[in-house]
Amino acid sequence: MTEVVLKLLFIVLVVAGGMLPLITWIERKQSAVMQDRIGANRADLMGVTLLGLLHPAADVLKLFSKEDVVPEGANRLLHLLAPVIAFVPALLVLAVIPYGGAYRFGDTTLSLVVADVDWGMLFVFAAGSIATYGAVIAGWASNSNWGLLGSMRASAQMISYEVTMGLSLVGMFMVAGSLRLPEIAAFQDQSFRLLGFLLHMGFVEGETLPFHLDLLRLPMWGIFLQPLGFLLFLTCIMAENKRPPFDAPEGESELIAGYHMEYSGMRFGLFYTAEFLEVPVIGAIVATLFLGGWAIPFLSQETIIAFVAGGFGEGFATGLCLVLHVLCFLTKVAILIWLQMALRWTLPRFRYDQVMDLCWKMILPLSILNVFVTGAGILLVEGVIS
Amino acid sequence: MSEVLFYAFAAIAVAGALGMVLNLHNTVAAALSLVGTMVALGGLYVLLEAYLIGVLQILVYAGAIVVVFLFVVMLLNLRRDVFPAGRQWMTKGLALGISLVVLVRFLRLVPGSFGEPAALPEGFGGYREIGARLFTDYVLAFEVTSLLLLAAMVGAVILAKREPSEPDGDPRTPVSRSEAS
Repeated sequence: MTEVVLKLLFIVLVVAGGMLPLITWIERKQSAVMQDRIGANRADLMGVTLLGLLHPAADVLKLFSKEDVVPEGANRLLHLLAPVIAFVPALLVLAVIPYGGAYRFGDTTLSLVVADVDWGMLFVFAAGSIATYGAVIAGWASNSNWGLLGSMRASAQMISYEVTMGLSLVGMFMVAGSLRLPEIAAFQDQSFRLLGFLLHMGFVEGETLPFHLDLLRLPMWGIFLQPLGFLLFLTCIMAENKRPPFDAPEGESELIAGYHMEYSGMRFGLFYTAEFLEVPVIGAIVATLFLGGWAIPFLSQETIIAFVAGGFGEGFATGLCLVLHVLCFLTKVAILIWLQMALRWTLPRFRYDQVMDLCWKMILPLSILNVFVTGAGILLVEGVIS
Repeated sequence: MSEVLFYAFAAIAVAGALGMVLNLHNTVAAALSLVGTMVALGGLYVLLEAYLIGVLQILVYAGAIVVVFLFVVMLLNLRRDVFPAGRQWMTKGLALGISLVVLVRFLRLVPGSFGEPAALPEGFGGYREIGARLFTDYVLAFEVTSLLLLAAMVGAVILAKREPSEPDGDPRTPVSRSEAS
């Protein structure tokens, strides 16, 4: 029980409390770099600006002190509930993400995931599907036509991309043989020989490859085993977040602000925060599924522990491994956050019919194709990748 | 712990169901009450260790089906007087009949359901076990369901693809002057 509470505290304080303000700062600086500007640097506390790091605090102060407007004719209860429903699912997802592997200290095993459940990835999908209601209710409850049109677009987009998001992952589940996120991450903590098929098909005599050919290896990461799946899933999950280029639901030029048009102050702040929180959450999910999670390429957990334990003892080696793994995971998440920011500031907004065409006419057939190719590949290649 | 959770989920489920039936004037609120019921049912399934069904309940019913209900309700803005009176009686009669059949079957189940629960078989409620059953023992029902869904999908496409009587329907396909006349 205390273990779970400690892990939850870690998540709330470090991931939600620490990363969230940083993300808004990173977004501002990233956009500034890409547009040849200096970026946020004016908020200061007695002359100290800290590179603009005070801006998140200023944002929160501003949002809390603004007038909280509820439009006339709005459904007050639902208008209040909608931002909460949009925000909570993103937090929930953090519970099933493995921040590191499982480490044995003496008799106890420490597993760096709050809820190690068999249906981990399904839980992510379920939470995402609940988030749709935040957008739908927001538009309807605020008694505004722009809001309603925005929430229509948001719900259609989110339901559509949920379908393809699940299908594009089926290939990865088949390869890893599990829906349990810690297991998928642990599966990727190994490497495979690029030329293993030479051995398998009898081109090379003997049991093992010559040394120099054996060195040609890749980590067993989803992005190498499922490159198409990776691209499709990244597209889908970014569309779920409704940030540009997929922000047709709040397209300023035609809908003013879409479903959160009638929100002000911290209620709007919650929608905004939910979108920003989803950026590291998406990074964590994609890193776990396709970039090996906490796994360090070519250095499996056993290798590190066996190497270090010789000089410093087993406990120290395991602890070091834990720290390295968490750092490795956070690095991958940071790279994915940067990738999302760069995409967000590079691509123009898709038109709404383009968003839908992309989902149903391109991603859906491709992800079904990916399932078949993966199945055939597993049957043909079984035993070759090792 | 699990008893407290059971009563909490059960209360939410019943309240949501009542909210759906009693909200005569606000269809959107009724549909949202239904979401509450669906999520609470998902919680109850998880308490019964039917994890996959519990998550799918939330994912499919709460997350997809009711959203589509809401979609239709919001887009059409239906009122009671849109439907002819005769059809209303038919719908109500049908609903009452189905509810009665389900109630009778449920009441028959009640006497046998007291006492110690049976031990769960290995892998109960997991996606492996359910997937294996679905594609071996129940493959016929599975395929028939998929056929039904396919038919519904084709029907929806045909309904949506009906040619507009006025040629100004789709701004993306410009109609030439000769075609329009």
